[in-house]
Amino acid sequence: MDICYEIKDLKVGFETFEGFKRALDIKHLEIYKGETFGLVGESGAGKSVLALTSLKLLPIPPGVIESGEILLNGENILNKNEKQIREIRGKKISMIFQDPMSSLNPVFTVGEQIVRVIVNNQKVSRREAEKKAVEMINMVKLPDAKNIMRKYPHELSGGQRQRVIIAVALSCGAEFLIADEPTRNLDVTIQAGILKLIYELKKELKMTTLFIANNMSLVSAICDRIGILHEGRIVEIGSVHEVVQNPKHPYTQILRNAIPRNPSVLNRIMVKEDLEEGIEGCGYYKRCPHRKPVCKNNLPEMQLVEGTHYVACFKEFERGEPDE
Amino acid sequence: MGSFVIRRILLGILVLFGVIVITFTITRVVPSDPAAQWVGPKATPEQIEAARIELGLDKPVYVQFQKYVAGLLKGDLGRSLRTHQPVSRELKNYLPATIELVLVSTIIASLIGLPLGVLSAKRKDEWVDHFCRFFSVGVVSLPTFWLALFLQLIFYRILGILPMGDQLSMDIKLLYDIPKITGFLIIDCLITGNFVILKDALVHMILPGITIAAYPIGLVARMTRSALLEILGEEYIRAARSYGLPERMVLWSYALKNSLGPTVTVVTLSIGYTLVNTFLVEAIYSWPGIGNYVATAVISLDYPAIMGVTIFSACAYVVLNMIADIIIALDPRVRV
Repeated sequence: MDICYEIKDLKVGFETFEGFKRALDIKHLEIYKGETFGLVGESGAGKSVLALTSLKLLPIPPGVIESGEILLNGENILNKNEKQIREIRGKKISMIFQDPMSSLNPVFTVGEQIVRVIVNNQKVSRREAEKKAVEMINMVKLPDAKNIMRKYPHELSGGQRQRVIIAVALSCGAEFLIADEPTRNLDVTIQAGILKLIYELKKELKMTTLFIANNMSLVSAICDRIGILHEGRIVEIGSVHEVVQNPKHPYTQILRNAIPRNPSVLNRIMVKEDLEEGIEGCGYYKRCPHRKPVCKNNLPEMQLVEGTHYVACFKEFERGEPDE
Repeated sequence: MGSFVIRRILLGILVLFGVIVITFTITRVVPSDPAAQWVGPKATPEQIEAARIELGLDKPVYVQFQKYVAGLLKGDLGRSLRTHQPVSRELKNYLPATIELVLVSTIIASLIGLPLGVLSAKRKDEWVDHFCRFFSVGVVSLPTFWLALFLQLIFYRILGILPMGDQLSMDIKLLYDIPKITGFLIIDCLITGNFVILKDALVHMILPGITIAAYPIGLVARMTRSALLEILGEEYIRAARSYGLPERMVLWSYALKNSLGPTVTVVTLSIGYTLVNTFLVEAIYSWPGIGNYVATAVISLDYPAIMGVTIFSACAYVVLNMIADIIIALDPRVRV
C-alpha cells in the first residue's frame, strides 16, 4: 500500500517557565493512502500538537520542533517555507478543528468564508466559487444552502457550524484530512450525525484521514487502524480489531475497559498525575498496574505482536520478570 | 437597527438637555453683571437698568431659562455681550475652520495609527514593535503646545519649508477671491475647482494637522495593537491559516475587522478630545477657528457665547458617541 503521510523521529516540545517540556516523541508512524487512522489519547497526550505541527501551525516560540520529519507523499513538510506551506495548507492537507463555536470568523457570513477559501485555493472567479460553495453546503447536508450562505456563524447551531467547517475544510479537494476531535463540543446525538457525515464524505472523496479523538469507541466506529498516544509517545498501534479486541499495552487495556457497556460495572481510568521528573523509562510507569523494575529506566521499543499489531511495553515481551 | 438608532437619539437629546441646564445655571451663578457689560464701561446706572430689562435679566431665572430654551429650539443662541452679534452667526463664521482641522487630523491619525498598530501586532516583540510602542507612548505624552512650538521651530524657522500659521498665505488672500460656499475652505476650493488656493490651504494645514493628530495617532496605534493581538490568538485565525489563506488576508481582513470595535470607539471619542485640544493649537498657529473666540468669550464672561460653544461641544460629543455606537452595531453580534 502507498504511504500518504509519514512521521519519522519527530520530537516537539515547549519552552515553558519551568523549563523545556517534551510534548511529542514519535519514532515512526505511517498512514496509508485511503485509510482512516484513529489517534486516541487523553488530553495532554499531544494529539493537537501533532495536528498543528503537521500544518506548521504550531506557534514557535513557545513551541520547538527539535528534530524529525513529517512526510506527505514523500515530501518533508517541516522544512517548507511560509510560501510553500501555504500551497499545502487547504490544498493538500485540510484540518477540521475541535471547537465549532470558535473556528468560524464571527464577523463574516458563512458563505463569504467558504467563498474566500475557494477563490484563494482554486484560483476561480467569485461567481464560480459561490456556485461551488453552494455545492459544498449541499454536500455536508445542510438544507437551504442559499440561506445558510447569508448567515453569520452565531445564527447557526453547533452542529450546523461544524458542518460548515467541514464544508470549508473539504472545499479544496485536499487528499489528507486531519480531524482534530471534530465532535468534541457537540451533543451525543449530533456527534453521531457529524461522524456519519465525515465517514461518508471521506469515502466519497477518497481522502486519507487522521482522526484524532479521546474516545476509543468513537474511533473504533469509523477507523481502519488506530494508534494509542500516551505522553507524546505512541504505545500501541494496529487495526481496530487487533487493538480493541486484544489490547496489549496496560494503558490501552484500561482505556478499552473504560468504554461504558454495562452500567453496573464501573471501570475507571486512573487519574493522570504530573510526570515525575527523572523517570527515563516508560511514560506510563507511575500509573501502570503491571510495572516492572525494567520499566523505570528503559524505554520500551515498538515490537510486533502479530499481523499489523505493534506495542511498546516490557510486560508483553519480558514475561520472566516479576511485576514490581 | 432602526429602533436602536432612535433610542440612541432620544438618549442624546436627554444628555443635551442636562448640559444646557447645567451650563445655564453656572453662568448665572458666576458673579458678573451682564447688563453692565452689554452697555459698556461708560454707561450710566439708568442705561444699565434699561439694558437689564432689555435682556430680560429682571425676570426670575426660570423664566430666563424658558426664554433661552425657546430661542434655542429656533436656532437662536442669543447675542454676544461683547460684539452684540448673534452667537449663532459668529459660531457659523468660526466653526468650519476648526471642524476642518479636526477632521483632517483625525483622518491623518487613522491613516498613520491603524497601520502602525497592525504592524506592531504582526511583529510583536521585534524591534519594529518596540519602536512603534515607544513612538505611540511618546506622541501621547508630548504636551500639545510644546509640539506645536517645536514643529514651528523646525519647519518654519530652521528649514523654512512650511508656513508658520494662519489658514492661507497673505498674498493668496490678497490676490485671489477666496470662495465661501459652505465655509469649509477645502471643500469650497474643490467645488469651485480653485486648486491654487487648495494647495496653499493644504500646506497651511500640515503643521497644525500633525500637532493635533499626534495624540490620536498614539491612541489608535496602541488600541489597534492590543485588540489585534487578542484576536490573533483566536481559533478562527488559526483555522483561516490552516485553509492556506494568505497572511495578508488573515491579518488585514479576518483579524482587523474583528478588532475594529475598540479602535472605532477610541477614534470617535478622541475627535471630541481633539476638538477641545485644538483651541490651544489654534492660538499658536493663529488659526481662524473657534479657539480664539472661546478664549475671548471666557475672559470677558460673555456667557451667551460660552453657552453657545459649550452646547456645540456637547452636541459634538453626543453625535460622535452615537456614530461610534452605530458603527460598532455593524458587528453582526451586537445587532439586536
